[in-house]
Amino acid sequence: MSHHYLLPDISRPGKIGCTLPQLDVPPSELPSEELLRQELDLPEVSQVEVVRYFTALSKLNYGVDTGFYPLGSCTMKYNPRVHEDIAQLPGFASIHPYQPVESVPGALRLIFELQEYLAEITGMNATSLAPMAGAQGELASILLIKAYHHARGNKLRKKILVPDSSHGTNPATAAMCGFEVDAVSSNNEGDIDLNSLESMMNEEVAAVTLTIPNTLGLFDPQIAEICRLVHERGGLLCGDGANLNSLLGKVKFGDLGIDCVQVNLHKTFSTPHGGGGPGSGPICVKANLADFLPSPLVTKNDSGYIFTTPPKSIGRLGASYGNFGVMVKAYAYIRTLGAEGLKEVSENAVLNANYLKEKLKAYYHLPYDRICMHEVVFSGKKQKAKGVNTLDIAKRLLDYGFHPPTIYFPLVVSEALMTEPTETESKETLDAYIDAMKQIAREADENPEILHTAPHNTPVRRLDEVRAARQLDLRWRIGNQNEAGSFQPPVTES
Amino acid sequence: MNPKGYKYTQEHEWICPEPGNTGKVGITDYAQSELGDVVFLDLPSPGTQVEQLKKMGEIESVKAVSDLFAPVSGRVLEINQAAIDEPGLVNQDPYGDGWLVRLELSNTSELDALMDSDKYDEFVARLSEEESE
Repeated sequence: MSHHYLLPDISRPGKIGCTLPQLDVPPSELPSEELLRQELDLPEVSQVEVVRYFTALSKLNYGVDTGFYPLGSCTMKYNPRVHEDIAQLPGFASIHPYQPVESVPGALRLIFELQEYLAEITGMNATSLAPMAGAQGELASILLIKAYHHARGNKLRKKILVPDSSHGTNPATAAMCGFEVDAVSSNNEGDIDLNSLESMMNEEVAAVTLTIPNTLGLFDPQIAEICRLVHERGGLLCGDGANLNSLLGKVKFGDLGIDCVQVNLHKTFSTPHGGGGPGSGPICVKANLADFLPSPLVTKNDSGYIFTTPPKSIGRLGASYGNFGVMVKAYAYIRTLGAEGLKEVSENAVLNANYLKEKLKAYYHLPYDRICMHEVVFSGKKQKAKGVNTLDIAKRLLDYGFHPPTIYFPLVVSEALMTEPTETESKETLDAYIDAMKQIAREADENPEILHTAPHNTPVRRLDEVRAARQLDLRWRIGNQNEAGSFQPPVTES
Repeated sequence: MNPKGYKYTQEHEWICPEPGNTGKVGITDYAQSELGDVVFLDLPSPGTQVEQLKKMGEIESVKAVSDLFAPVSGRVLEINQAAIDEPGLVNQDPYGDGWLVRLELSNTSELDALMDSDKYDEFVARLSEEESE
């Protein structure tokens, strides 16, 4: 299978792909010469060539709708089609952010109820749906913590403590908000090292961020103790709820002692993401932080639902009301499943991850051998000792038709393979993946070369990551066609 | 083998002391092999004051971005433009052409806190053992 041509490669002078209607307005003059810097070298191609070109490209796509996608930390689960039907209802899809608020009570009610559902699910008192991505939700959380300390006249708290097993965005967010970031190390169990936290937790620390469960897929049993320690010393606990997929109806962040948490609707609440759609990262907070939430919120009064801004709000995060379409889909998900269904989501997410863990731990090193939550982190150490690294394993998985897990993250595990099966996969799919991983482990023993040169069956072979990073060039120019330099006929299936 | 006469940190930086209280700094062979192909260096500008075992820059490889720590306190005299232009030098010749920063040491006794090549050899051997356990 090959698809190494671009439209300009098949351009031939005089080919036309569409017919324009007869000109029925007076022709206007072209702008002056100096504005017309150069000829636009648009490809000249026929309509069927364009259709074949893009259809062939679309067939190269891989997504949740085509196969298993255990990309750790990303929760690439199947997104039920009913969400799309509901999001396309004209009352949701055809409304405009600037139309009178009184004309869209249904949309406001949906936002209000979703705020309430998320507060209930997370055990918090108030929710803002304004953040438009997980990272923006994190940003809002940290800005809100800063505003909270400043409002209390405390400007000395300049540090955020971040465990080394947290999400990569956590330290970045804190730094973006002007905080100094210190990493708290993990102990041998993969949990936070309490002694280390104890020694770092002083009056300069504004907050500790905790990804729950952490990126090792582990639930830290010391969380209540950590929260007590941090609160005693005047700090706040900022949760990262990106992994809520494993806790629905089982654990509430608020009950643990977390003060604010962002939730990724596009992950836990099943809306297309990662190229398939935008995100949404609402934040849920305890009562003492509610006044600082980003606007707008929807509140309910005697006359109905209205948009409001909390008294000490950190402000707006975007022009309108957040990613409303994502909210509709998340709302549909919650309402379709109900409380019992959501619990089952987490039960199956955790069961599936543990099934992979148990079936594969004889073949791949498991650095933290205990019950995991929604994802399991293996290490490619055993294979590395034979000269096969984790990248080789990941590339070989492509030959077996699977999207690889997240690799080389978290950094606390060498040669990490961070695997998140999600709850929507059947036992048959998991077994097929397990078989492929076992086969790859055998190949590492018997025929490592096949791994070094993988992938073999994909439209393009191993990419030159080093050259891509060192000599990044994203611009196509006339003349720098594919490396072979020649036109390859548009035959895409083999 | 890690060169004699150099001093090493637990974070896998080396410093090669030179006459006149200066020294060249780089990362060790173990560090470059763990990082994989280095693609970008963010080094402190000449004149910057750095503090022992505090972050002074970043090294980005195809796998991850890692912090670069100062092996000793002092002032940055010079940075290796050749390595910035061609980060692959760090992989090819970590103790030679792939050096990163030249420092003026503010306190030469800080060198005593670092490992010599024998100790660092042992340190790396221990890490590799743990790796393959």
